[in-house]
Amino acid sequence: MKNYDLVIVGGGPAGLAAAVAARDNGIQDILIIERDHELGGILNQCIHNGFGLHTFKEELTGPEYASRFIEQVKERNIDYKLNTMVMDIAPDKTVTAMNSEDGMFVIPAKAVILAMGCRERSRGALNIPGYRPAGIFSAGTAQRLVNMEGYMPGRKVVILGSGDIGLIMARRMTLEGAEVQVVAELMPYSGGLKRNIVQCLDDFGIPLKLSHTVIDIEGKERVEGITIAEVGPDRKPIPGTEIHYECDTLLLSCGLIPENELSSNSGVELSPITSGPIVNDSLETNIDGVFACGNVLHVHDLVDFVSQEATNAGKNAAKYILEGKKEAKKTLEILPVDGVRYTVPKYIRPEEMDETVTVRFRVGDVYKNKAIATYFGDTQISKRKKQVMAPGEMEQVVITKKQLAEYPDIENITIKIEEA
Amino acid sequence: MYDVAIIGGGVIGSAIARELSKFEVNAVVIEREQDLCCGTTKANSAIIHGGYDAKPGSLKAKLNVEGNKMFDELSKDLDFPFKRNGSLVVRTKDQDKEGLQKLYDQGIANGVEGLRIIERDELIKMEPNLADDVVDALYVPTGGIVCPFNLNYALAENAADNGVEFKLSTKVEKVAKTGDHYTITTNAGDIEAKTVVNAAGVYADEINNMVSSKKLHIVARRGQYELLDKSAGNHVSHTIFQLPSKMGKGVLVTPTVHGNLLVGPTAEDVDNKEGVNTTAEGLGGLAATSALSVKNVPMRQVITSFAGLRAHEDGGDFILGEAEDAEGFFNAAGIESPGLSSAPAIGVMIAKEVAEKLSLSENKNFNGKRKGILNPATLSLEERNELIKKNPAYGQIICRCESISKGEMLDAINRTLGARDLDGVKRRTRGGMGRCQGGFCSPRVMELLEQEVPMSPFDVTKNGPDAKIVFGYNKQI
Repeated sequence: MKNYDLVIVGGGPAGLAAAVAARDNGIQDILIIERDHELGGILNQCIHNGFGLHTFKEELTGPEYASRFIEQVKERNIDYKLNTMVMDIAPDKTVTAMNSEDGMFVIPAKAVILAMGCRERSRGALNIPGYRPAGIFSAGTAQRLVNMEGYMPGRKVVILGSGDIGLIMARRMTLEGAEVQVVAELMPYSGGLKRNIVQCLDDFGIPLKLSHTVIDIEGKERVEGITIAEVGPDRKPIPGTEIHYECDTLLLSCGLIPENELSSNSGVELSPITSGPIVNDSLETNIDGVFACGNVLHVHDLVDFVSQEATNAGKNAAKYILEGKKEAKKTLEILPVDGVRYTVPKYIRPEEMDETVTVRFRVGDVYKNKAIATYFGDTQISKRKKQVMAPGEMEQVVITKKQLAEYPDIENITIKIEEA
Repeated sequence: MYDVAIIGGGVIGSAIARELSKFEVNAVVIEREQDLCCGTTKANSAIIHGGYDAKPGSLKAKLNVEGNKMFDELSKDLDFPFKRNGSLVVRTKDQDKEGLQKLYDQGIANGVEGLRIIERDELIKMEPNLADDVVDALYVPTGGIVCPFNLNYALAENAADNGVEFKLSTKVEKVAKTGDHYTITTNAGDIEAKTVVNAAGVYADEINNMVSSKKLHIVARRGQYELLDKSAGNHVSHTIFQLPSKMGKGVLVTPTVHGNLLVGPTAEDVDNKEGVNTTAEGLGGLAATSALSVKNVPMRQVITSFAGLRAHEDGGDFILGEAEDAEGFFNAAGIESPGLSSAPAIGVMIAKEVAEKLSLSENKNFNGKRKGILNPATLSLEERNELIKKNPAYGQIICRCESISKGEMLDAINRTLGARDLDGVKRRTRGGMGRCQGGFCSPRVMELLEQEVPMSPFDVTKNGPDAKIVFGYNKQI
C-alpha cells in the first residue's frame, strides 16, 4: 500500500472539499476513503434542488453539487478508494481500512480528517412503543429507496419529526403518488428549515402537528395504523388527545447523530451536546493532527457551510503536515450561554488563528426579535438583531484576529442570546 | 409416514430434533413461520441460568442444572456464542436476608455448583456500578449468556445436516389420532407420523388439547426489554438479578454475549398470543426498576426495545413427556424461563423417550459438529487477508455498525435452512442489529436476498411473507 500523508475518512461533501483544499495548500499524497460505491455521500440521494446558493450562486440538485467537487478531486488526481471501510483509527493516526481488492490494510498517516457524516435516530432510539412491523423507515432510508433504488416504500404515510429530510420526503412521497397524512413533531417548533415547511408541506396541504408524538404502532407484519397524541410541556402524551391514522408506513425524521464511533475509539473527545468532536479554530480535535468537518463535527442545515468548514479543515491539515504542530501561546474558550447550545469551534487561539474565524452554533428554543451578542471577557463587542431564531437554523458569528488582538487580557469569549 | 413429527422450530423443537438425529429416524420439524427462531426463542433474556431459582424436585430445577452443564461442549461443537459471565442476585438493604439464604439453599438442593453469598465490600469490586442500597448478593459462577438465535439455528442446522427434514411456512391446523399413527393437518397438506412432539411454545396447550383430555392452559406472559448500545456494554460484567420481593421479580441488567447491555423484562399476562408489542408503561418502568440494583444505567443509549412472550402453564412447571391418554404424543410444553437454559437437556430427555417408544437404533453416521457463520473479527490481519483473497465478499462491509461483511451475509442466506428475510439475516449475522438499526444496510441486504434466493424485490420482507418492505416501482403503487 502506498504511503499517504493525509487520510480523509469519508467521500461526501465534507471529505471532497477537504481533499481539494489540502491539495491546493501543498499536500501531494492524499487518500479519500469512501464506504459507498461512489463519491458524493448522502448528496447522491438528495435529488431535490436548493443546494449551492451560497457556494455557486445557483440552485443545484444534490448530485450536481457533489459532482462539482468530485470533478475538482479528479482534476487534481487525488486518490480515493470506494467500497472501503475504515475499521480503526489509532491515536498515532494509523488508519486501518478494508475492501475486497486490497483486503485489510494499514496506512500510517501524518494527519487525518474525520468526515464520516451522521446517521438518523432510529425508532429504537426514540423508544416508540408498539409492534415492530415492516414499514417503519428513517426518512433517509426511504429517500434512498425512492431516489436511488426506484422503489416505493409506502402508500399511506405518517411522518414523525419535522427534520429537513422528513419534510423533503413528505413532498417526494406525495409526488410519487403516496398519501402523506400528517407530519407530527414532538417539539412546539419544527426541526427543519422554514423554506422546507413552506415548499414541502404547505404547498401540498400536508398538516404539521406541533407538540405531537407517536404513541402506538399497530400491525404485526406491516404497519397498519399509527396513533399520535398531543404532548404537554413535559413532552408526555396528554390523555384524550389521541388521533388514529390508518396507514402502512411511518417515516422518522427525528434528528441526526454524528457518526463518531471511530473517533471516540481513537481517543477523540466528543461534545455531549453535538455528539461531535470538540475542536479549536483550526477544526483540530484533542488529538494532534486529527481534524473534523461536516456532519461528523456537528449537524448542518446547508451543505454550503459544510463545504466552507471542510475547506478550512483541509487547509489546516495541510499546514499541520507541512509546518508541524505549533503549541498555542494562548487558548480562549467560547462559552455558549443564554440560549446558545454550543459553538463550533469551542476554542480559539488568538495568535495562531486565521484572520477571521466563523463560529457556528444553534439556539435551544425559538426566539423572536432577540439579538446575538458576543463578549470578549466582559466587553460586548458585537450585537446583531434577528427577527426569528430557531433550533432548526444554524447561526453564526465571525470573530476577527485583529479585533481579538485589542483584548490581550481576556480569558474567554461569550456568545449569548439577549434582548434586542 | 414419518417416525416423528416435531411441531415447532424454536430452540426446544430444534434441540429435540438434533438429539433425535443421533438415532436412525425419519423425522420432520413443522414450523409455521418461514424461518426458525421466530417465537419465544427470539425475544428473551438470553441467559443461561445457574439453576437456583426453581423449586427442588421440579422439572425446571433438574433440567436447568443439567442443561447448564451442557453448554460449554455444545457451544464448541455447534459454534455459537456463549460465555459464562456469572450471575449475581443482589439484595438491597430493605430486603430480608432470609430470601437470599433461601435461594442459596434451593440452589444447593438443585445441585448448582460454586454458589456463594458475597458481602458488599467484595461485591463492589466485582461490579462497581451496583446501586448504593445493595448490601449482599448470591454469586452464581455457572450463570452464562448466549446468542439465542444462533443456538436455535445451530441445533436446527445440525439436525438437518443429520437427516431431519424441516417444513417451514407450515401451520398446524389439526392433530388427530388415526389408527396407529397421527395425522397432522396443515395449510400445506396432511403429514402422517407415528409419534408427535409438541414444542409449539405459547400454542402448545392448543396442540395438546387436540389429542389429550388432560387439558393444558398456557398464558402468554409478556416481557419487555430495552437493548443498549455497545458503548454501554461494560456497565456491568455479570448478569445482575434482583432478589424477588413483594413488588415482583424485578428486572435484570446484563451484558449480552455480543457486548450490548440488556435491561428487562417486565412480566404481564396478555390475552393475545401474538401480542409482542411494547407499551409506554412497560418500557417506561424499566429505568426505575433497574436502578434498584444497578446505578447510572445509561438509558439514553437505548438502540431498540422489544417484547417476547413466555409460555406460562397454569401448573407452573414444564410439561414434559408422553401424554397419559395419547400414546406416542409427547409434550414439551409450558417452556418458560429457564427454558433456554434447559433446552439441551429437554432435547436429550424427549429424544430418549421417543427413541424408546419407537425402538430406534443409533445413527452411526451422526456428525455432531456444525460450523457457524465465520466471525472475521476473530481472525488476525494475515488470516483475514487470506480469507478476502479467497472470497472478496469478506472484504466488503455491509452493516457498518456491527462491521458485518457481505461474505457473512451470503453465508447466512446460502447455508442449510438459510435466511429468507431481513430479520433472518439479522438474527444469523447481527447485520442491522446495531445502533442505526438497519437504516443504512437494509437496502443492501434486500439486494443480497434478491440476488441470492433469488426473489423479486417486492417479495423481500422484514419477517415472514406479509412484512413487505417496498410495494412497487416509483409511481406504480
